[in-house]
Amino acid sequence: MAYRQYMLVCGGTGCESGKSDEIYRNLLKEAEAQGVKDAVQIVKTGCFGFCEKGPIVKVLPEESFYVEVKPDDAKEIIAEQAVKGREVKRLLYDKSTRKSNNKIEDIEFYQKQFRIVLRNCGVINPENIEEYIARDGYAGLEKVLFQMKGEDVIAELKTAGLRGRGGAGFPTWLKWDLTRKAPGDVKYIICNADEGDPGAYMDRSTIEGDPHSVLEAMAIAGFAIGSNKGYVYIRAEYPLAIDRLKIAIAQAKEYGLLGDDILGSGFSFDVEIRLGAGAFVCGEETALMRSLEGNRGMPVPKPPFPAISGLWKKPTVINNVETLANIPVIITKGGEWFAKIGTEKSTGTKVFALTGKVNNSGLVEVPMGTTLREIIFDIGGGIKGGKKFKGVQTGGPSGGIIVEKDLDAPISYESLQALGSMMGSGGMIVMDEDDCVVDVSKFYMEFCVDESCGKCAPCRIGTNQMYDILDRITKGKGEEADLARLERIGKAMTKASLCMLGGSAANPTLSTIRHFRDEYLAHIRDHKCLTGKCKDLVTYSIDPSKCIGCTLCAKKCPVPCISGERKQPHVIDASRCVKCGECYAVCKFGAVVKN
Amino acid sequence: MAKMTLEQLRKLREEKKRDIERRETEGKEIRIIVGMGTCGIAAGARVAFDAILAAVERHGIGADVVIAQTGCMGLCHVEPTVEVIVPGMPDTIYGRVDAATATKIVDRHVVARALVNEHIYDRPAADIIRN
Repeated sequence: MAYRQYMLVCGGTGCESGKSDEIYRNLLKEAEAQGVKDAVQIVKTGCFGFCEKGPIVKVLPEESFYVEVKPDDAKEIIAEQAVKGREVKRLLYDKSTRKSNNKIEDIEFYQKQFRIVLRNCGVINPENIEEYIARDGYAGLEKVLFQMKGEDVIAELKTAGLRGRGGAGFPTWLKWDLTRKAPGDVKYIICNADEGDPGAYMDRSTIEGDPHSVLEAMAIAGFAIGSNKGYVYIRAEYPLAIDRLKIAIAQAKEYGLLGDDILGSGFSFDVEIRLGAGAFVCGEETALMRSLEGNRGMPVPKPPFPAISGLWKKPTVINNVETLANIPVIITKGGEWFAKIGTEKSTGTKVFALTGKVNNSGLVEVPMGTTLREIIFDIGGGIKGGKKFKGVQTGGPSGGIIVEKDLDAPISYESLQALGSMMGSGGMIVMDEDDCVVDVSKFYMEFCVDESCGKCAPCRIGTNQMYDILDRITKGKGEEADLARLERIGKAMTKASLCMLGGSAANPTLSTIRHFRDEYLAHIRDHKCLTGKCKDLVTYSIDPSKCIGCTLCAKKCPVPCISGERKQPHVIDASRCVKCGECYAVCKFGAVVKN
Repeated sequence: MAKMTLEQLRKLREEKKRDIERRETEGKEIRIIVGMGTCGIAAGARVAFDAILAAVERHGIGADVVIAQTGCMGLCHVEPTVEVIVPGMPDTIYGRVDAATATKIVDRHVVARALVNEHIYDRPAADIIRN
């Protein structure tokens, strides 16, 4: 007998850390206890994307969308909805509206999204190959094996106009075509799942939610270029993604969709997982391949490009997770269908991990050409706490800051580059008026200092020099000539570094100097950090004429270094103050002064 | 599961597609909603629900129909109740729906687009329901 109802529990890493696994097990237990286990199917899926409000439970076909669910809620959900057909109103995302107005499509977070890459995330159980197959899974592989030739597959990708989603936007078809035409019998396919940008988790979620889409695409790539072996290079700190990938590979082999003589076509393809130790530089393709071979992960000069001489010096296609996840859909629906989505030169969609000071942080997939304003203010629901928007960092430590006046630019590879940032892998960190751009630049530069592999001098030395200068500016010890120095070193690094880690490391600093020169100058000339983030430049004191002696600040102070009698003005001992800003935030009378 | 041939893969996909179609609501314009309050269940709503499911399956129209459950519709005297929403037809609530009637509702109302007269009970008039 078919199920009457389906409960989808988010099993992404974000919701798992919010105990979604316990919710899942409790739902199963309760369904059994309340005698409805044959009527309701409880499925653990990949990420729904709405991480801000996780853990998420979605009930179909009623489309009840429950947010911030706790393990103890399972009993009520089963008792009310599975047994009696009533929604648990208190858990609904929008409690103010009636059920009929509360469809998933009506939640503003989902309205402007268009899901290709994340098509199965939050819909299927990623640990069950049959659910993937039911959603046209492996139909693309079937089509290429029995109806297409290698060059047809590449032509289809060319029509689609798919470009690499890992950052630089190189046309995927061209990569495949060069590798296909490269001389040699042994060729390799690599899936780059070494996602390393701070705040980015698109690829992790895609593998966690829909691992087969990546495997199917790798087999399609293998068929197109004449390769029988693929590797997924994934960082060891993604345990859930690795587990799901292992299960997926085992199931695909069992069903004969990977391995020898796939579906009797004569084509064989096998996939292995290789774990990376989590070095940012290993996301760079040549360094990744050295690491995969068992060597220290350091980039080598290009050319030769991987298409000619890649893994073990054999022709190699290396694509990132998101790029691959698009491919099965392009094959089944056709390149022309895909090319209609997005803009002329940047077709399809892009997944962004929206984080920072935004109301709805989460995973967002939008057609190219959507504006940043739509992403941050419509989908993201604007800035937390009604604060003022300051900028958004795209492309992580390789990208730049984009400010208010440029928010209406439609997103494409070209437009972001023109704005001094880059698409990158899709991290998007929103900053508000409380964030100090010098401090943020210093943070990214520190990341690059740590992650520079040290092979080439411009990156090894340049990142350190820039960090030292930024550090002294945040301490009030900078001089005006420092800005010119930062720009000069940054430009040298951009031109002379061996790989893009060094080549783009200066971007956050250069773009913030361009947009917020005044803020840098305030640090240098006036020794002031207006946001209070640079702790060496800020002092807190209490205005005795405004303080009524409520003692709230003294109670909140973690040191504590605030003293005073009740109903008498309090005093901050500046020598012991750690400048956490708690007193400033908590005072209702504006008596705490920041300067 | 042993290694599949092309035919087996296609067969498996068709089979599983029907299962997963039930979960989807996008693009489905016909909704059949069964009242599953305590009163409904006591009067046999589960049997009606299963009969609807079977009839929809038999007609092969699972891709167009959402079969959902809801709480008590307030027509406790004629439970089990089933609401049917088909574009181009009046939204209709049927009462006293047993398995045979449920099957008839799918056959006549959903497929043949004709009301099943003897079982229509409307909801209370809008003006007496408080918002």
